[in-house]
Amino acid sequence: MNVNLTRRRFIKAVIASSAVASQTGCQLGSKDLHAKGSVERLISLDINGKKRRVDVLPQETLASTLRYKLGLTGTKIGCNRGECGACTVLIDGIPNYACSTLSHSVRKRQVQSIEGVANKDGTLHPIQEAFVEELSPQCGFCTPGQIMSAVALLNENPKPSREEARQALSGNICRCGAYDHYLNGVMRASGQSNE
Amino acid sequence: MNNYKHIGKNFIPPDIYGKVNGKAKYAEDFRADGMVFARMYTSPVAHGRVTDIDTSAIDNMEGVVGILTADDVPSTEAPNAAILTNNPAFIGDPILAVAATDERIAEDALNKIKVKIETLPFAVDPLDSLMEGGPDAREEGNVFSRSREGSGFKKIKWTKKQIEEFRAGKEPTGEHATEWNYGNLEQGFKDAALIIEEPFVTTGYAHMSMEPRTAMAYWQNGTCYVYGSAQSQSFWLPGLARLLGVEQDKVVLISENTGGGFGSKIGAYPAAALPGYFSKKLGRPVQLRITREQEFYIGSARVGFQGWIKLGFAEDGRMTAGDVFIIEDIGPNATGGDGSSAGGAISLLYDPEAMRFRGLPVLTNTTPRGAQRGPGQNQIAAIMAPLMDKAAKALDLDRLEIRKINAVNNETTVYAEQRPVTSAYMKEALQKGADLFDWDTKQQFPQKINAPKVRGLGIGQGYHSAGAKGFDGLIRIAPDGKIHLYSGVGNLGTYSYASTTRAAAEVLKCEWDDCIIHNGRSDKNLPWSSYQAGSVSTYAQTRTNYVAAVDAVDKMKNIAAKIHGGKADDFDIDGRHVHHKTTPSKSSTYAEIAQAAIEFGGTFSGAIYPEDIHDITKRSVQNIAGTGLVGVAKDKLPQNGVIPGLAAAFVEIELDLETGKYEIMDYVGIAECGTVVHPQGLDAQMKGGAVWGMGMAGLERHVFDPQNGLPANIGYHQCKVPSYLDVPSVTRTDAVDLPDPQNPFGARGIGEPAMGCAVAALTSAISDALDGYNFGRTPVSSDMILNYVTGNNQSFKPLQTNNF
Repeated sequence: MNVNLTRRRFIKAVIASSAVASQTGCQLGSKDLHAKGSVERLISLDINGKKRRVDVLPQETLASTLRYKLGLTGTKIGCNRGECGACTVLIDGIPNYACSTLSHSVRKRQVQSIEGVANKDGTLHPIQEAFVEELSPQCGFCTPGQIMSAVALLNENPKPSREEARQALSGNICRCGAYDHYLNGVMRASGQSNE
Repeated sequence: MNNYKHIGKNFIPPDIYGKVNGKAKYAEDFRADGMVFARMYTSPVAHGRVTDIDTSAIDNMEGVVGILTADDVPSTEAPNAAILTNNPAFIGDPILAVAATDERIAEDALNKIKVKIETLPFAVDPLDSLMEGGPDAREEGNVFSRSREGSGFKKIKWTKKQIEEFRAGKEPTGEHATEWNYGNLEQGFKDAALIIEEPFVTTGYAHMSMEPRTAMAYWQNGTCYVYGSAQSQSFWLPGLARLLGVEQDKVVLISENTGGGFGSKIGAYPAAALPGYFSKKLGRPVQLRITREQEFYIGSARVGFQGWIKLGFAEDGRMTAGDVFIIEDIGPNATGGDGSSAGGAISLLYDPEAMRFRGLPVLTNTTPRGAQRGPGQNQIAAIMAPLMDKAAKALDLDRLEIRKINAVNNETTVYAEQRPVTSAYMKEALQKGADLFDWDTKQQFPQKINAPKVRGLGIGQGYHSAGAKGFDGLIRIAPDGKIHLYSGVGNLGTYSYASTTRAAAEVLKCEWDDCIIHNGRSDKNLPWSSYQAGSVSTYAQTRTNYVAAVDAVDKMKNIAAKIHGGKADDFDIDGRHVHHKTTPSKSSTYAEIAQAAIEFGGTFSGAIYPEDIHDITKRSVQNIAGTGLVGVAKDKLPQNGVIPGLAAAFVEIELDLETGKYEIMDYVGIAECGTVVHPQGLDAQMKGGAVWGMGMAGLERHVFDPQNGLPANIGYHQCKVPSYLDVPSVTRTDAVDLPDPQNPFGARGIGEPAMGCAVAALTSAISDALDGYNFGRTPVSSDMILNYVTGNNQSFKPLQTNNF
């Protein structure tokens, strides 16, 4: 049996039933997949190295798709207006605000969310380990976004200065004010002392 | 350094892994079968009366499953916040909600509903409301005072002359609503060699927690399950049950992780109850997702002050008298108390020989106010610091010295009642900070550096009462030897839900790896625990864990005596075994003792429990009874006096006279919170508090359009929550670490003074950089500095607030 075909059939069935649909997402929208002039809605996304088939509205943001369609709730929505960075994901390795990115625009791109940061065996990424060691998160709501920005930084610049780290993470607001601890985490993860 | 096994040592809180791998669940991350999505219609006017709601346009709209209006929820007496209201008192006040199969349909439906609102006069600045003929924020009046003697509306107006004199910095002569005093104020000012008298303003601003207060609820067998964003855990239940109109045992609160609260989520709030009512009406789960804009509206904000202060100092720098008058901006829901707390903070931090506080809580049609990190104490900390500097300069004293002269210590008595303190070491905190900061050396550096920059040094002091008593502790030793620690403490980011349970581990002398913490859901058999506010958790909850563990140890020894013979006092514990002190072969493991507790039953297994524990704890004990050895007790340890959380801060800034911007070059914060329980957690609170102080000092404020009452800054950047680039990348902290005698481990709290000391140090440093000029305001924004430097008028009238 063609697995993808089965998935497609399943998704279509889900869309046909608003009662079931309501259980899965908060912005599923119209049942009509083929409205005139509209873009294709059933698309493939590369999320954390896996191909995910998903029904996406033309105006739907990546944060919505991740959270409400794919159940990847690690990506947080703090402001939904591109201010706080809690929804930061990597698109082809570059940090982006998922709340301000249309899902359709990442069709041929690689998306990495917080769920895709740890190693496949479940062991933590050095940034995650360092954030644990430094007690970087407080309430933790901004943490996934902070981690994504830090991962992108270390991918590009494995030994950043503290100032470089500060600039790289400056798009991520932390209301608890854990900036110092997050920067300590970045420095530790890059093998540099915090002394 | 202490010799504890767990207290004062770092550990990895178990929930932190979920925070770094994205698996931690916050209220909005939960889903339930058949769940529908609610959206709210909020008031577009600052004050009004709903006269008609026409929902006919959505009667047959596909996907819409229901409407909830104020008629569907209990009515609330003004000025208290309502779940839904027909009398909106601020822009964003929730009027009705629509539930639909998806959020977009719900939003579309809201756009089709016609709501007619008759507008009423409104006020955004308390002084506008106080002016004779000025608008009242509520139809019932413009002032609402809450007190033990009684609460109620008043209509208080000042004459134009009284307002103008107040704006000019003169002592207010208009009517006030509350007052307390101690000592002979007149004599205090007579004895003064120096008198300082100034008006001041602290502008309110939004809490802006990262996680908006989304909630989801459903009913199952008559019990309402609420997935909410709660600062406290057990403490929420009575309030949530009251809001939902059910008994406490018919509510389950799930709040595993909370994305910040800072005082805005201490107890159950109306928005958390809305899904419960909606779910009951619809017979299916309902989630109410709160947007950032709505979080600004209903997420509450700091109380603003417009005040006047007069201080008397003796020649030697001792404060002889303090007289403060505070008009509190208490928003539309009369949530405040900050004014009196500010007076209390003056009394404690500077110990004037005589003092008077007068307060006037004025209602405004702005974002509802609520407790915000150091409510009152931190506003006044910011105002007091430059005044202490001014006094030091006039009396030719070192700025550090004048603070030490007036520093709270073990002998200080505070507040109107002149109560004792449990312990206080502010002088030690100041000295420790001065040493770490190198105050003496830095003072020698020139103020003028590379033009156009000037240096400024500041010292700040913070205070908040930091303890509570009378809550319950609950632990269980299972037959497998594992120690189960039940924590009804909310998980708001301080890790106190976990760090305070280490007090029980300390008493039991057990390994941390043998401990399992239960928290985050009220159906996990949690005890009645303190609120997570007022910096109380560390003090209150180390006490509850201590008494529960002491109870457990007592039972363990009694069981050992039953098994091996002899008296309970003949036995001791070593973390894994209960053994005879002189005959070590008479020994049982914790696991064996737990098994025996089940067999002996009674108090050992929790089948019988103390009568004085809270009903919530009783239910939890009933659930776990018979599954091990149960240690349970109410905290009745001795406690007398005010429990002070204290902090001191030192800051160095470079201020650019051409841009009005300043950069923080060095920051040192010192905690004086008794014994340090969790060093990393304390460091995080001190540094996070510093960031909050930096925001309050220079960045954050409400702005409302006086013509329409519209809020102008509802987003993060407009509110100007500090970012990485607004604060230094390194801040330094330390602690005095001297034990408080009224906590079994010597611990007190710290979260709020951590901020107060920072905002105070900054207002002090800004004043220092400008040769002692005192704005008497927070925030001090760059444009204000620039206007002062260039001799231009400020963009606001004296004492004007909330609109500029």
